[in-house]
Amino acid sequence: MEQLNPRSRSDRYGSRINRAPSPLRATSVPYLTIMAGSFLPALLIADLMPLAPPLGFLMLLGWRIMRPGLLPVWIGAPLGAFDDLISGQPFGSAVLMWSLAMIGLELLEARFPWRGFWQDWFTASFAVTLYLIAAMVTSGAVLSQPLLIAALPQFLTAVLIYPLLARVIAGLDRFRLTRTRRLA
Amino acid sequence: MAPPASRRTGYSRKAQYSVFTGYLLAALGALLGLILLAVSFYQPGAFAPLRGVAGTVAAPAGETTASVRSGSQDIWASINGFWHAGSQNAALREELEIARVRLAEAEAVAAENARLKALLDLSRTEAKPVAVARLVGSSAASARRYAYLAIGADKGLVPGMPVISEKGVIGRVLEVAGRATRVMLLTDSESVLPVRRATDDVVAFAEGRGDGFLRIKLINLGLNPLKVGDLMVTSGAGGYYRPGIAVAVVTELQPDGALARLVAEPSATNFVMIEPVFEPVAVKAAQTPPERTLAEENARTSGATQTDEAAAR
Repeated sequence: MEQLNPRSRSDRYGSRINRAPSPLRATSVPYLTIMAGSFLPALLIADLMPLAPPLGFLMLLGWRIMRPGLLPVWIGAPLGAFDDLISGQPFGSAVLMWSLAMIGLELLEARFPWRGFWQDWFTASFAVTLYLIAAMVTSGAVLSQPLLIAALPQFLTAVLIYPLLARVIAGLDRFRLTRTRRLA
Repeated sequence: MAPPASRRTGYSRKAQYSVFTGYLLAALGALLGLILLAVSFYQPGAFAPLRGVAGTVAAPAGETTASVRSGSQDIWASINGFWHAGSQNAALREELEIARVRLAEAEAVAAENARLKALLDLSRTEAKPVAVARLVGSSAASARRYAYLAIGADKGLVPGMPVISEKGVIGRVLEVAGRATRVMLLTDSESVLPVRRATDDVVAFAEGRGDGFLRIKLINLGLNPLKVGDLMVTSGAGGYYRPGIAVAVVTELQPDGALARLVAEPSATNFVMIEPVFEPVAVKAAQTPPERTLAEENARTSGATQTDEAAAR
């Protein structure tokens, strides 16, 4: 059989014989990538206006939407606490909002169990827009018209980056489930 | 995508309880967040040590990207320089001629300054910077404008110290941890800085607007004396910054002042200096309630530290 098709005994995660996904990788990748997403905007120097989309929150949304049931409902609080430490927001704002987002998505999923990509994108855009507004209110910044106008590019990138992030998360998911462990 | 069937609990008590516990924990997490947020509002410094630990851990990564950033700036500068070499050369030569004349004038003024200061018996030496560091990051996803430094209390930094680049003011030290520091940039909407026009004594406040511009609010209202292109420098009022550091250039006039653009943009700087607080006494006086005198306040705080020390013993 192998001579006809070398990949006949493997699927997209690698060989199906004598191989299993690494448990460490399978469980850690979502959390590590969400934390990396929280950390990445802190490395940019944005001196004039909010520049980067909230990557940590978008990664959380992406993993939650694309792999329902993988992240526990309560994970918003610990991951949000990590995000608060480096995002410049007052401590507790992401703990609150990420928890609320996880609960909200859970309720939404009970209502709409079958979804497509466009609906997912809409959900993520809606969630991230609400999140950005709430984050702006809790940040302690003076909410003036110039600030809101200056934040528009951030809103746009946050909405438009979702399809790209969805592909990235799909790739990470494949990496997560790749069969690397030898069984015997 | 359909939700996995494993999340349907059915009649299994165990599954039902674990789902219920999940919801309960999530709701408790949200409640905890609300409480933490309230604490952060009433005690903004309450979580500074935690943030400091995170900043200290994150600093090495920031150092790496900061050096890459300055390297890429150099590349762009050299490509730009290649295209504009000829015309720039001529312009620079002209500028150099003028600068030489101005330099001679400035030397004369400096000499006169020294003479007059000697007459008045004023001797203020230039403030030596406490430390020199790179900006390693910022709060790019937040509506606030903070930057981070990879040094902290280990180099003698304390909150309130001015952060200055070779061009002008960057901001002010807000929180200090062991090896990490949070700096509030001038563009933050909570930042206020007393300034004056470089050429005369038109005093104003420079407030961050949140979109990269500074609002120059004149203290003496009336006819607006500002003109587009005026340079605003620190006035030294408030006691944090020494006077005469460049802050912003006026770009647009408004009825009660002007909009100004930063002179020293943090994203275009490699290294910043952290200077000591210019007049600690003035800062202290500003923080003392009006019903107490400064001497009383001094006695009170020193007494408090003594009792603290006694308690520590």
